[in-house]
Amino acid sequence: MPDEARKVDVACKVNGRDHSIRVYPMARLLDVLREELHLTGAKEGCGEGECGACSVFLNGQLVNSCLIPAAQAHNAEITTIEGIAPAESLHAVQQAFIEAGGSQCGICTPGMIMAAVNLLERVPQPNEEDVRVGLAGNLCRCTGYTKIFEAVVRACRQMREQVRA
Amino acid sequence: MRSYLPDYELVTLASLSEALALMGREPGAWKPFAGGTDLMVLLEAGKLPHKKFFSLWHLQELRGIRVTPEAVTLGSLTTYTEVLSHPLLQQEFPLLCRAAAETGGVATQNRGTLGGNIANASPAADSPPVLLVYDAELELVSAAGSRRIPYHEFHTGYKQMRLAPDELIRSIHLPRARPPRAHYYRKVGTRRAQAISKVVFAGTARVEAGVVRDVRVALGSVAPTVLRCFDTEAALLGKKIDAVTIADAQAALAAEIAPIDDIRSTMNYRRHVSLRLLEDFLRSSQGGNGPSA
Repeated sequence: MPDEARKVDVACKVNGRDHSIRVYPMARLLDVLREELHLTGAKEGCGEGECGACSVFLNGQLVNSCLIPAAQAHNAEITTIEGIAPAESLHAVQQAFIEAGGSQCGICTPGMIMAAVNLLERVPQPNEEDVRVGLAGNLCRCTGYTKIFEAVVRACRQMREQVRA
Repeated sequence: MRSYLPDYELVTLASLSEALALMGREPGAWKPFAGGTDLMVLLEAGKLPHKKFFSLWHLQELRGIRVTPEAVTLGSLTTYTEVLSHPLLQQEFPLLCRAAAETGGVATQNRGTLGGNIANASPAADSPPVLLVYDAELELVSAAGSRRIPYHEFHTGYKQMRLAPDELIRSIHLPRARPPRAHYYRKVGTRRAQAISKVVFAGTARVEAGVVRDVRVALGSVAPTVLRCFDTEAALLGKKIDAVTIADAQAALAAEIAPIDDIRSTMNYRRHVSLRLLEDFLRSSQGGNGPSA
């Protein structure tokens, strides 16, 4: 069978937009997002589900997109870091990362923010243990994590104030 | 080196019966693919020799946790996240929740499945030792029908198991209604999150007036398969927990396990830690029957 004939049609909604893409069924969702859809926010760190730099939401669940074969993204709704806030605006977690200095080299940051947003969706008022567990799948080699945890606490506070206002 | 993607197939089937029919037509030609947390790592590393897979992920027949007065039945696609959020499992099978919490981070827990963990057959897996101490049974299904097998009889050697090429793991049964007991789980790895274990230890015990009335011990990463330690249990049953009993049980455990040197640890370290974990388990089980460690 010629190589092209092995490709399959994958229909999915990414950041609210419908896409139909012809890809190899075992292509990594990470590569499909980056190379076919040019959404380069999700990063490849380890390529084996250890570092979390490629985190996205698949049907609302946090996943490592390097471990999702494209065929399993058929009919799925996907949110990447590019879709976490309306255009030209920042999510409270993104703003908090800037203010707290939660980002240095930046490679882990998109995944870290996706994991933090996911945590705050599940646990709106996390304690320190919740934050550590919620971000345990995301590795950072620069910050020492303290500033990242501060950013999550700060975002949590801001989101609470927004709800009150 | 990365695998050559055009070589790989991953087909999606509409139902379990279609999947079983596919496996029945050409036994061994098509292999199941669940959440991908192991297989995608092998694919990326160029170490996935099998090329034809069918996806299980959308098969609702393999999902869900059902509770009856006698047993809890977990569909083989039950994820660690689903285990963690189930109130009855937290109450009656706390070690399963402990193991689920120790398995990777949130993203891995959302995709990793109990059935996948069993069929991947890693001797270092986090949940299988817990399934062993809870006397789990597996329901295996093929186009020809289904059968049940005690989980402790399932793994027969390194990556070898009693699963025919046309069979799938449909569900995992955990018997309920056993008297209260102490629960113990320790995973020893390089770091708390994400690390694969050097030794994993699961145990339950019912101790009355210092005497062991019921005990189950299972370990991971100390043999070619996860291991239920029946000889160690026999050395403990009916005995008063004291220094002599602990030493006897440690001798039984040392004879029962067969750890090796590998990239994660050494034979000697694994043996030493296993014996110390057994002692810690026994000492902490004396205090009562609440969850410990």
